[in-house]
Amino acid sequence: MGKLFAVTIAIIAILSAIPIVMNYWGPPPDISTHGFAIDEQMKATMWEAGIAFLSSQLILALFVWLHAGRDRSYKLKTFPGGAKGLVIAAFVLVGTEILALGVVGQKAWATVYFDPPDKDALTIQAQAGQFAYYFRYAGPDGKFGVPHPDKIDEGNQNFFGLDPENDVPARDDIVAGELAIPVNHPINLLLHSKDVGHSFYVRELRIQQDFVPGLDLAVHFTATKAGQYEIVCTQLCGLGHYNMKAYLTVLSEDDFQKWLKEKSAQ
Amino acid sequence: MRAKQLLVMLMVLVVCPCLLFAGSVSGKVTYTGTPAKPKAIDMSKEPTCAKQHATPITTETVLTGANNALENVVVYISAGANDEGQVPPQAVTFEQKGCQYIPHVLVMHTNQELKVVNSDQTSHNIHPLAKTNREWNKSQPPGTPPISEKYEKAEFISVKCNVHPWMHGYFAVLNTSHFDISKGGGDFKLPNLPPGKYTVTAWHEDYGTQTADITISGSENKEVNFSFKAKAY
Repeated sequence: MGKLFAVTIAIIAILSAIPIVMNYWGPPPDISTHGFAIDEQMKATMWEAGIAFLSSQLILALFVWLHAGRDRSYKLKTFPGGAKGLVIAAFVLVGTEILALGVVGQKAWATVYFDPPDKDALTIQAQAGQFAYYFRYAGPDGKFGVPHPDKIDEGNQNFFGLDPENDVPARDDIVAGELAIPVNHPINLLLHSKDVGHSFYVRELRIQQDFVPGLDLAVHFTATKAGQYEIVCTQLCGLGHYNMKAYLTVLSEDDFQKWLKEKSAQ
Repeated sequence: MRAKQLLVMLMVLVVCPCLLFAGSVSGKVTYTGTPAKPKAIDMSKEPTCAKQHATPITTETVLTGANNALENVVVYISAGANDEGQVPPQAVTFEQKGCQYIPHVLVMHTNQELKVVNSDQTSHNIHPLAKTNREWNKSQPPGTPPISEKYEKAEFISVKCNVHPWMHGYFAVLNTSHFDISKGGGDFKLPNLPPGKYTVTAWHEDYGTQTADITISGSENKEVNFSFKAKAY
């Protein structure tokens, strides 16, 4: 019985490792400038965790196989140093592994969160609300109008609560339901939640950032390939969460200017 | 012979005085100034609805017609009607189609049955923002039967969809069946009004409310026009 258990452990461990080693369900191609570092970090994590996982499971299976069915009186060897030794060893091993991953991966994290955005980054404001995303561009004057939450009137398309009557910079602000950006141009995306927690996740960009109510957050990135990509909400926000998405459209610089003109005319 | 004719006339007069002595109110609703441009509605997050509109639909907050006509203005008798207890037996329908509310403004009598229909391939969650009446919202997946509800008190209720932020409409719940809603030409007509004093109210969702006091004697048609000041934004 014990030997069967040992074999089962070994089989489950190996079967679980195969799809990851063979990269069956890999992420979609990366279209960002920082994505390579993140993908490398992911690979490093998988290797380290994978080796630790497989070796621990197979060693467990081996010990179960060797000692299954033995008499209760059989004295097993204990871990050198006893329980205390075991805890210290685990602490050192796992601690080193995680620290190593952190040190190796810090650059990938920093390029997204700690390095400031490019000086000529295009700033776009994203607002997440139950259950849609709306994106605001500053328009020809380069200035964002002041948003007034009490003036939000969604039925009249005033999603940001702008007051164009009294606030001149708000008059040319462009609001759209899709995020259009020029290719190979740094983008500074400001994130604001209208109500509850949401998240901004684009797989191809390797960006995932929560919208936290009350905080004004920002992520910056540069897209390197034109196309249409899905932005999905990955933070449960209510009954429409399953349907909450928008599209990221990466356009050539000319097409992007055309898109802006079209939107401001509407 | 003459006595018989007189008797028949008297009977007709007694039985249906309304037919002989019914007046009406009619007129035009217009605006002055320049209204704000309707804005295009972006439905990209709901492709099943987006593809139903070859060109994006625009906001219906202010709908105008030729010669400064103002549409979707509810004109009704707010005082003097005395038909509060006469609830029409048929239901009124509010349809969700192409992620749009049809009609944009739905008028109904208090306690009249309201049917909400979902004709789309996606779930809607209709949320009438009632303040005097009970506020409720109901989820309606595609293919489910119509929602049946009614409102007990007169109120103008803003309606939104919890799932689709751009969807917007109004319920005008009135204590009377003497109402009309202005369309392309801005015209309205309120027939079958017995002689008496009345207050006619015109309501527009953005430009506000105006009233006019009138007196109907005999079977005359009183002309009342309403002019609203447009807002630039």
